[in-house]
Amino acid sequence: MKHLLATDGLDPAVATAVLDTADELKHTLLGREVKKLPTLRGRTVVTLFYENSTRTRVSFEIAGKWMSADVINVSASSSSVNKGESLRDTALTLAAAGADCVIVRHPASGAAQRLAGWLAEPGTSVVNAGDGTHEHPTQALLDAATLRERLGSLKDRRIAIVGDVLHSRVARSNIHLLAALGAEVVLVAPPTLLPYGVESLPVTVSHDLDAELPAVDAVMMLRVQAERMHGGFFPSAREYSIAYGLSERRQKLLPDHAVVLHPGPMLRGMEIASAVADSPASAITEQVRNGVHVRMAVLYHLLASEGAAA
Amino acid sequence: MSTLIKGARPYGEGDPVDVLVEDGVITAIGAIDVPEDAEVIDAAGQVLLPGFVDLHTHLREPGREDTETIDSGSAAAALGGYTAVFAMANTDPVADNAVIVDHVWRRGQEVGLVDVHPVGAVTVGLKGEKLAELGTMANSQARVKVFSDDGLCVADPLLMRRALEYSTALDVVIAQHAEEPRLTVGAQAHEGERAARLGYTGWPAAAEESIVARDCLLALHANARLHVCHVSTSGTADVLRWAKDRGTKVSAEVTPHHLLLTDERLATYDPVNKVNPPLRTESDAEKLRTALADGTIDCVATDHAPHAVQDKDTEWTAARPGMLGLQTALSIVTETMVRTGLLDWRGVARVMSERPAEIGNLADQGRPIAVGEPANLALVDPDAEWTVRGAELASIAANTPYEGMRLPGVVTATLLRGRITARDGKIG
Repeated sequence: MKHLLATDGLDPAVATAVLDTADELKHTLLGREVKKLPTLRGRTVVTLFYENSTRTRVSFEIAGKWMSADVINVSASSSSVNKGESLRDTALTLAAAGADCVIVRHPASGAAQRLAGWLAEPGTSVVNAGDGTHEHPTQALLDAATLRERLGSLKDRRIAIVGDVLHSRVARSNIHLLAALGAEVVLVAPPTLLPYGVESLPVTVSHDLDAELPAVDAVMMLRVQAERMHGGFFPSAREYSIAYGLSERRQKLLPDHAVVLHPGPMLRGMEIASAVADSPASAITEQVRNGVHVRMAVLYHLLASEGAAA
Repeated sequence: MSTLIKGARPYGEGDPVDVLVEDGVITAIGAIDVPEDAEVIDAAGQVLLPGFVDLHTHLREPGREDTETIDSGSAAAALGGYTAVFAMANTDPVADNAVIVDHVWRRGQEVGLVDVHPVGAVTVGLKGEKLAELGTMANSQARVKVFSDDGLCVADPLLMRRALEYSTALDVVIAQHAEEPRLTVGAQAHEGERAARLGYTGWPAAAEESIVARDCLLALHANARLHVCHVSTSGTADVLRWAKDRGTKVSAEVTPHHLLLTDERLATYDPVNKVNPPLRTESDAEKLRTALADGTIDCVATDHAPHAVQDKDTEWTAARPGMLGLQTALSIVTETMVRTGLLDWRGVARVMSERPAEIGNLADQGRPIAVGEPANLALVDPDAEWTVRGAELASIAANTPYEGMRLPGVVTATLLRGRITARDGKIG
């Protein structure tokens, strides 16, 4: 693996290898007081974030540090980007300064792909940490890791993704990865929050959350961004919450084994009730924990292994 | 001064003939002995067409002379077989007054490679709020015949109605960039399966079709002439057919890139493929070809849009929309329309010269190849092929989506009022 840019088109064998490595890393580190492996000593990893982020940036930083890489954080607000430097020049500067891997988050769909093109010659690896409304592949990998832990295999499991699919890179990455790993995906959202042409994706679509819940093995709630609430995509937050929120009443419709996921940050009371988020069915903190191991595994496959095998 | 074109086939029809041009006029057609002092172009059976007319060119002067000037754009036009181009108004400053349009017109005449007809803005500063002085521009030295806010839509229906009504007294045409702005907020790519997958904000076909339908209704009501810029969707072709059938004075253009390219290009993430309106689907491109062939769409216009490297070699959303077109138009039309059997060369003359000259109200362009007619001509080798290299094009900018593609149809000579402006890929 040279880059991790998208789950669309990602070889399921490669995805599985990353997930297996994440499992191994998790068990290796389990109960250790000093959580540091020497694997990436001397390698330099730069996080380049053009959007605000707490969990993803911190997760990548911890992942790099636990692998003993030198991790440098660049954020758009405190860099030459503020002086009008182009993405291309910023990327080439980081590569010339010695970055082995650039982890990028950018508001433009396709930005990570462009970066990989510009950095083909220096040979720097690129990880997409979220590009516009396109993809967020490490989020999908950590979701898959969490679901594998709870459910065993993903094969023939039914996963509902609920909420603002239109603007969600988490949803796009999950749709492709879950389908590649053999799961069935059902999207549950108001028609205004589904992309035009959604039927071309490997999913089924529903507007009735109550009808879907009894048959799913997991439900993934998506965040509703504040700007969407005022963008005319639905009449009111209240109506949205009533139709598509995961309330305590709704949780009871789920099978006992079903898992509740949320990529965070959560709007408690809006798309998910507090009691549901904090219930045993919820795997939300496990998602964060697994995020570190999955990102360690991604860095390992990009920087330390020849080929895809661990 | 005389030029003899030996052995050309006008409109690609019949046996090769010689065409004699003297003092800018075609004076004889037939078997002609080479007159003394005549420059000879050996056409060797190539296709002779009336010089092309482009209703839609961005020459970027004044304002962005780092990407194109009237000089460099005129050279690109001549090399592409054009004898007249209409330079769009969205320059900086905007061509919304007689001073700017006259400057553009005069610069074009000074350069002398192609007639540069400035397009005037419909509204002051392209702001869509207040009509520009259409009458003053129409009566200026530049004799502006086409008005457009291209790049932006005259979205306010009342303002568009007034512009159409007002234009009827001036015998000019309003050319609309049909894009409903509320339906295209943040739009980046054709709203379809590919954009959905790649997470691009969609530019729905209905945002074009609804404006075209509205404007056709307004034009009929005002008995005004409407020209629709860069038709990009199958649905717009349907609307145009309907409007024409009920007597609307509407004409329309299609760009070469919408005839050839599709939103399949989105997967490259390379903004060289970003253009407004966006590249659509295969079925749209197919429908546009048949609509051009059957006259629903009147003509081909390039929407030649030079952009600097720093405005294109970026992430998709940061890039400016547009692509070069003047030097590749004939080849794309050859590829998509001639080789497919949809148009013969007489048809090419119609869509690239005659109809655009009529729409732009140019009396001396798009004329028949006949004795007594002005010698505005393009000679085309239909069998030759060439490989597109952006850096080798005459434009200052190099943003061609056809980089590295091998294309059929080569313009071997262009004559503007008898003067050879381009020959064998070099400026005359």
